[in-house]
Amino acid sequence: MLDLKNIDAGYGAFQALFGISMQVNAGEAVAVIGANGAGKTTLMRVISGMLPASSGTMTMEGADLRMTPPHKIIELGIAHVPESRRLFPRLSVEDNLRLGAFIPSARAHFAERLDYVYGLFPRLKERRSQLAGTMSGGEQQMCAIGRALMSKPKLVLLDEPSMGLAPVIVQQVFELVRRIRSEGYTVLIVEQNVSQVLKVADRAYLLEVGRIVQSGSAAQLAASDDIRKAYMGI
Amino acid sequence: MFGFFSSLDCSLDVFFVEALLNGVLLAGLLALLALGLNLIFGVIDVVWICYAELVMVGMYAIFYFVQVLGLPLPLAFLMGIGLVACAGTILHYLVIRPVLDQPPINQLLVTGGVLFLLQAAATMAFGIEFRNLGIRLGSVNFGDMSFAWSRIITFAVALGAMILLWQFLTRTYIGTAIRAISQDRQIMPLMGVDQKKIYLATSAIGGGLAGLAACLMVLQYDIYPQIGLQFGPLVFMICVLGGLGNMVGGFVAAFIIAQFITIGGSCVATEWGYAIAFLFFMLVIFVRPQGLFGAKS
Repeated sequence: MLDLKNIDAGYGAFQALFGISMQVNAGEAVAVIGANGAGKTTLMRVISGMLPASSGTMTMEGADLRMTPPHKIIELGIAHVPESRRLFPRLSVEDNLRLGAFIPSARAHFAERLDYVYGLFPRLKERRSQLAGTMSGGEQQMCAIGRALMSKPKLVLLDEPSMGLAPVIVQQVFELVRRIRSEGYTVLIVEQNVSQVLKVADRAYLLEVGRIVQSGSAAQLAASDDIRKAYMGI
Repeated sequence: MFGFFSSLDCSLDVFFVEALLNGVLLAGLLALLALGLNLIFGVIDVVWICYAELVMVGMYAIFYFVQVLGLPLPLAFLMGIGLVACAGTILHYLVIRPVLDQPPINQLLVTGGVLFLLQAAATMAFGIEFRNLGIRLGSVNFGDMSFAWSRIITFAVALGAMILLWQFLTRTYIGTAIRAISQDRQIMPLMGVDQKKIYLATSAIGGGLAGLAACLMVLQYDIYPQIGLQFGPLVFMICVLGGLGNMVGGFVAAFIIAQFITIGGSCVATEWGYAIAFLFFMLVIFVRPQGLFGAKS
């Protein structure tokens, strides 16, 4: 579904990603793990077009992502739940969801998708008129994921969904991730919370200072001594 | 000194009520003008300091359509609105877009340049004479009070236009994107929103509102190249008082300032109305630099 080959990217003279090659197949949940500053968020931003790649190839179901303008990438079926949620704080929950259905193909099914998202997250329905910025962190994450699902994406990019949340809420967020997996979405998730994310993912890539240094099934990586020592504190 | 105060005539009499109601009517027009400026600032983060000059262009356009081309007034109004809406998008495309990432002072000065350009062009084209369409709509009397129909119509149309715009902003996808964009510009592409198109649409709407204001103003004001100076600073001050970019704040501030102008004007002297309004503005800004309804930044 998503195919990256030798992607380089950076900010000005600073190169953040070096020759990234990875695949995400339909129906999979793939994790990218790594320390703070390893380039995980940069990778997500490159895939969704917020940051242009400087070289390499990148396709979504055969469509060239590097040739697609950023605001058209969502139309290829990629929805990005950005780091720290990035809801529109002074818009209501429902207006946030409405913007998730901005693209023409989603507008046509707005009512249907709204029912679907409210069915998945009944809490959002209770809070539909509340300003998004006044909700708790966990509810905001719910809203951010709901907003991404409004466009009926094929692939959902989740960038650090557990960041900044209390430990109890982190458990709930990983429960949300399991639920959207079971709804049949393909998921690419970036996390610092390595032990948790390897429980929900099928496969994983380990990113260190902008390079993929290890990859394999989630179980393999979770069993690796290096990863257990460096990232799981075991 | 005593002569000055003895001219105060501020008892709750018929003149006071008349001034109060005329203030309400004036506020409708000022609120419409403030709404256009606030919309542009709220979305694009640039102040069109030449906003009132766009209104002036619209007034001259309507004058030209009616007096020179002999078009019927309703058609001239529609064409005037369309023309200023186009002028808004052209202004954005040619002048604002190249300076979008530059410091606010540069943006302010380029639109200031457009202000003088438009004034000079209007003077070249139409001269410095005061022009009008000679429309006399008369007035309506309630007891001893008298209200011009042109002001009543202006108020009603301005209010109607603001309600329509609010519906557009709250009920449509593009309207929702317009309200969202200032809250997080960077992630708009993730929603599939093309920021450039939203900016152009907003410029067209802001221009269209200036065009509508031009239609209403030719009903009650003479047209001359500097008419923008009569309204421009006032509208800018209303926007800042309400919290720049805050459309609801601008609406409320228009009603407050209009009362200072009309009641102040009728109690002291017409010339003092504006001065009192600006004095009030200065006092508020000393205490609340972000305006009455602005968020602390």
